[in-house]
Amino acid sequence: MRPLKTVPEEGERAGRHRPLRALRQGFTLAWRSLLKIRHSPDQLLDLSLIPITFVVLFTFLFGNAVAGNWHAYLRYVLPGVAVQALVFSSMNTAAGLNSDVRSGIYDRFRSLPVARAAPLIGRVLGDVVRNAICLLVVLAVGAVLGFRPHAAPLSVLAACGLILLFSLSVCWPAALVGLLARSPESVGGFSFVLIVPLTFGSNVFVPTGQLPGWLQAWVRINPVTRLSDAARGLMLDLPLGRTVPISLLWTAAIAVVFAPLAVLAYRRRT
Amino acid sequence: MHAIRAEGLVKRYGRTTALDGVDLAAPPGTILGLLGPNGAGKTTAVRVLATLLRPDAGRAEVAGIDVLRRPERVRDLIGVTGQYAAVDEDLSGQENLVLIARLLDLSRAAARHRAGELLARFELTEAARRQVKTYSGGMRRRLDLALSLVGHPRVLFLDEPTTGLDPRSRGEVWSMIRALVAEGTTVLLTTQYLEEADRLADEIVVLDQGRVVAVGTPSGLRAKVGGQTLDVRPADPSDTDAVAKIVAEATGSRPAREGGLVSAPIEPGRSATVALATAARRLEADDVAVTELGLRLASLDEAFLALTGRGAGRPEVEK
Ligand SMILES: Nc1ncnc2c1ncn2[C@@H]1O[C@H](COP(=O)(O)OP(=O)(O)O)[C@@H](O)[C@H]1O
Ligand SMILES: [Mg+2]
Repeated sequence: MRPLKTVPEEGERAGRHRPLRALRQGFTLAWRSLLKIRHSPDQLLDLSLIPITFVVLFTFLFGNAVAGNWHAYLRYVLPGVAVQALVFSSMNTAAGLNSDVRSGIYDRFRSLPVARAAPLIGRVLGDVVRNAICLLVVLAVGAVLGFRPHAAPLSVLAACGLILLFSLSVCWPAALVGLLARSPESVGGFSFVLIVPLTFGSNVFVPTGQLPGWLQAWVRINPVTRLSDAARGLMLDLPLGRTVPISLLWTAAIAVVFAPLAVLAYRRRT
Repeated sequence: MHAIRAEGLVKRYGRTTALDGVDLAAPPGTILGLLGPNGAGKTTAVRVLATLLRPDAGRAEVAGIDVLRRPERVRDLIGVTGQYAAVDEDLSGQENLVLIARLLDLSRAAARHRAGELLARFELTEAARRQVKTYSGGMRRRLDLALSLVGHPRVLFLDEPTTGLDPRSRGEVWSMIRALVAEGTTVLLTTQYLEEADRLADEIVVLDQGRVVAVGTPSGLRAKVGGQTLDVRPADPSDTDAVAKIVAEATGSRPAREGGLVSAPIEPGRSATVALATAARRLEADDVAVTELGLRLASLDEAFLALTGRGAGRPEVEK
């Protein structure tokens, strides 16, 4: 016979739906990030300015040298720049989280019945939307300059999805940086040291074979290289090889390693 | 039952002992004033009671619920306004309020409604749609207070709610706090301003270096330090040291000097008339001319000085 159930206490009742509640509150907090974008859309411009500059600059400066003509180079460089842009934009996750933790806002959330993980979920969800907008800007600039993906629309969508998924996973190490850093300045420094070798030490701008030998070893294992290969392959209908599964593996590995570390740092910091 | 109750709270940060065995109690519907200089441990005490910090020792209850064992239930009942405004500068006042209401599971419509109510109550309706970064200090404080009220808390913690405000905004915040208490809310308020504790609190706990140095009603605290102060102003400022010595002997407490005036509260148990007579006799004997000699009721400032052995200290202005 089943034992009679007693009426659970309030706290336990709330606790039973905790994962769901954390997600719901996470969405509410993601809405907060989007409101910020609406109030000052110029922050999107900041975000997009770097990749736009790279596309324009590199296409016209090095296009002829690297690929023979700048149209061909644009085709080569754009998918990689999209990956790079989203890695850069993860700096935003770090900076935003850092300023929230230092302000009293998370204390307010913690003094209310708000799930512990909700602010972190909200931050990452909001940043994915921001990243999606950033990706659209890069593709739009590319289109204006003459970038036309040859592949089927579904393939292009898959490339975008892959890049966004990767940016979601890069949010976690960025979150860790934001939580460990004592000041916004050190967030900047920290991120720069991590991001530069990842994005410039890749085949985003120059095919691996044309790079100096000492760099090639690093470039080959760099996840940004893999992602760029996969994105190029999907958008331009080139042979894909194993680039997609390897990219997905990297995406998963980064999230699996850094998400728990970020959560741990978050618990210690708040 | 007490709305707020703490026993033997201890919190250490390395070598600093922020709380060194603090007891607090507030009956429902009252204002408890936690008064103390910078670094006394006020914020630490509030953070423990508001479930934000675990103490190293001691017990705490809010509305009869154990803060350490059932923090999630305490969070359903409290509102907190921290020492530094916890508002999102990039959002509008209205959005800040809706955000908190949505986090508390109000529907979209109910959240908007509650936000409108609070904006009206705190006279922010006109600024509702502006980004908070355009608000004045007083408006920010009022919004912060409004945010802590979204969930109709039974117990409200206010950590230095008027620090850095001009006198007019301070008066506004005071009347809003009084209105809340009239509705039955219990308030724990920390402050460095003696005047604020005096005007608002039903009971004052004086905290210094993590210890409770006095508890009582504002008038009770004044009575505790004798209630009377002896003032003597030497005619020749070079006599100040001699006068200070005489005043110290007559009152039994350490005199303060301000603008040529020497004054000290009369030690409890000592007769004020005897103190006055003693001072007069000694001044006469030493042939010190004075332009002022008299008794008056001690101010709370002096009560504080006597209790902590230090000046009340000017409150830190918010950065
Ligand atoms: N996080 C912390 N780390 C180290 N010391 C702290 C920390 N928080 C407070 N303290 C110390 O504890 C003491 C009490 O601080 P606090 O409660 O903020 O005082 P108050 O709010 O009365 O000004 C101070 O000496 C302060 O320096
Ligand atoms: Mg404080």
